[in-house]
Amino acid sequence: MRFHSEKLIVELTEKARNLRIQVVKMIYKAESGHPGGSLSAADIVTALYFHHLNIDPAQPHWPERDRFILSKGHAAPLLYAALAERGYFPKEELDTLRSIGSILQGHPDILKTPGVEMTTGILGHGLSVGVGMAIGAKLDHKNYRIYVLLGDGELDTGFNWEAALSAHKYHLDNLTAIVDLNGVQLDGPTNEIMPLEPVVDKWRSFNWHTIEIDGHNIKQILDTLDETKHLHGKPSIIIAHTIKGKGVSFMQNKSTWHGRVPNKEEFEIALKELQKENNNG
Amino acid sequence: MDNLASIRDAFGRALVKLGEKNEKVVVLDADVSTSTRTAFFHDKFSDRFFNFGVAEGNMMDAAAGLALVGKIPFVSTFSSLASLRALEQIRTSIAYPKLNVKIAGGYGGLSDFKDGPTHHSICDLAIIRSIPNMTLIVPADAIETEKAVYMVAQYEGPVYLRLSRAEVPVIFDKNYKMEIGKGNLLKDGRDVTLIATGIMVTRVLETARLLENKEKIDVRVIEIHTLKPIDVNIITQAAEETGAIVTAEEHSIIGGLAGAVAEVIAENKPVPMERIGIRDTFTESGKYNDLLEKYGMGIKHIIDAVKKVMKRKK
Repeated sequence: MRFHSEKLIVELTEKARNLRIQVVKMIYKAESGHPGGSLSAADIVTALYFHHLNIDPAQPHWPERDRFILSKGHAAPLLYAALAERGYFPKEELDTLRSIGSILQGHPDILKTPGVEMTTGILGHGLSVGVGMAIGAKLDHKNYRIYVLLGDGELDTGFNWEAALSAHKYHLDNLTAIVDLNGVQLDGPTNEIMPLEPVVDKWRSFNWHTIEIDGHNIKQILDTLDETKHLHGKPSIIIAHTIKGKGVSFMQNKSTWHGRVPNKEEFEIALKELQKENNNG
Repeated sequence: MDNLASIRDAFGRALVKLGEKNEKVVVLDADVSTSTRTAFFHDKFSDRFFNFGVAEGNMMDAAAGLALVGKIPFVSTFSSLASLRALEQIRTSIAYPKLNVKIAGGYGGLSDFKDGPTHHSICDLAIIRSIPNMTLIVPADAIETEKAVYMVAQYEGPVYLRLSRAEVPVIFDKNYKMEIGKGNLLKDGRDVTLIATGIMVTRVLETARLLENKEKIDVRVIEIHTLKPIDVNIITQAAEETGAIVTAEEHSIIGGLAGAVAEVIAENKPVPMERIGIRDTFTESGKYNDLLEKYGMGIKHIIDAVKKVMKRKK
């Protein structure tokens, strides 16, 4: 396991906060988008794009690269902010989110946005696509890995469980799924809309290597991602406990902020809170 | 009928030949490989064959994933399942991102006759044809099925092959050159045009011979194997030169070949048109030929449609 220095953790924490600020700005500018689930996944996406993934933004199609699929495609603003920050496309593009002619669609589009590995948005597809990629990587004896970020509301769909069966069948130890378990879906808390618990037991019974972590603890995220690289014979899933709307007090744990846009006053408060966190960083 | 050959066997054998030539070809099936004949591929290349069980949606998305890492996946299941249960995957994960996935929908039309309406596939052409970026191909015999497999493997992009379970008369010879989007003029004629796809091609050829011998009607016969992109020229020319069209397909009269041809002539050369196919109804179990007769796809139905359309032409 790699050692993750305190300096790295501080840097990544700063990156994550900047991504959150960018997300809020993008959604405010676009007057449309999904802040709650973008903010909850910011630390996970930061750990992946700014440290863990073996990628080269100068060569987006490098065959040996790791692949990341944002199955919860509504967190697109977060992915776009990370990709722009890594240099896949100019940051000015972020201002065009969801507008006509933009390379940044409401949900990720592999044909329009450099760095996007798969078109997603309708929930319940990313894990199955990841299964296909992982099978392909094994056929070619390649060492790259496949990462899929799922929402917890998304686990309502049966397709994920079909994917779970097949990933076990084909011993896809090159596949790591991460669940952004923020406990809130569009209509309300997941335990009211469609109870998922015991979610860890479910994945274990599907024969996945299942690890539970704090999805806002960057060191823990990095350590766990490293751990899943060294497991053999079966796929891994990281159940990351997160807070929907993390970083903006009035958005936290509120299903109303799944797909709501802040007004001017809310926008300013949100920025102030996120920037204040920055200074305390 | 003489010289019958199985479309599904031709498909299964063609996949094996393709697999020998191209290592990128992988095959996925959803627990029906012995029925669809992808089992032939499994027997030869077990490392490149993936059985996903009764989980068509997951299989279709996994095919998208395989295409993303450079494979040429052929995904096989019954057409009623591919076009319905896995439709969202086809639209979102294959057609929209234009991935190089070849979907083989077997048991098309009524060819799984005795299993009944749950297994009959009579809406698949309409559904798939409405999806942007899709190429939709329906071979008419075993030779064309084999050619279609090689042809779509050469083409970069999503394709839906609608296949039949049936043994059907062989129409094409081995030297036949198949091209995506090109209709085939099988018989020239000036009074009326019969346009058919799939197993109905044999039936319209026979109808044309009967009409010519008994009624002295000069019938043009066109085979449309590619429903999308459709051959606008061959259809428009037929409308201009014969002034009347009858379409024939083993599918609902809504949205399939009839829809495609009607769209072409409405925009280019409106002429009277009649439709042979299932008349917007669910079917039932029975013998294949009996079903085709009962649900409006018999020779007598085609003859009646020709006479009707020629009356309207005047």
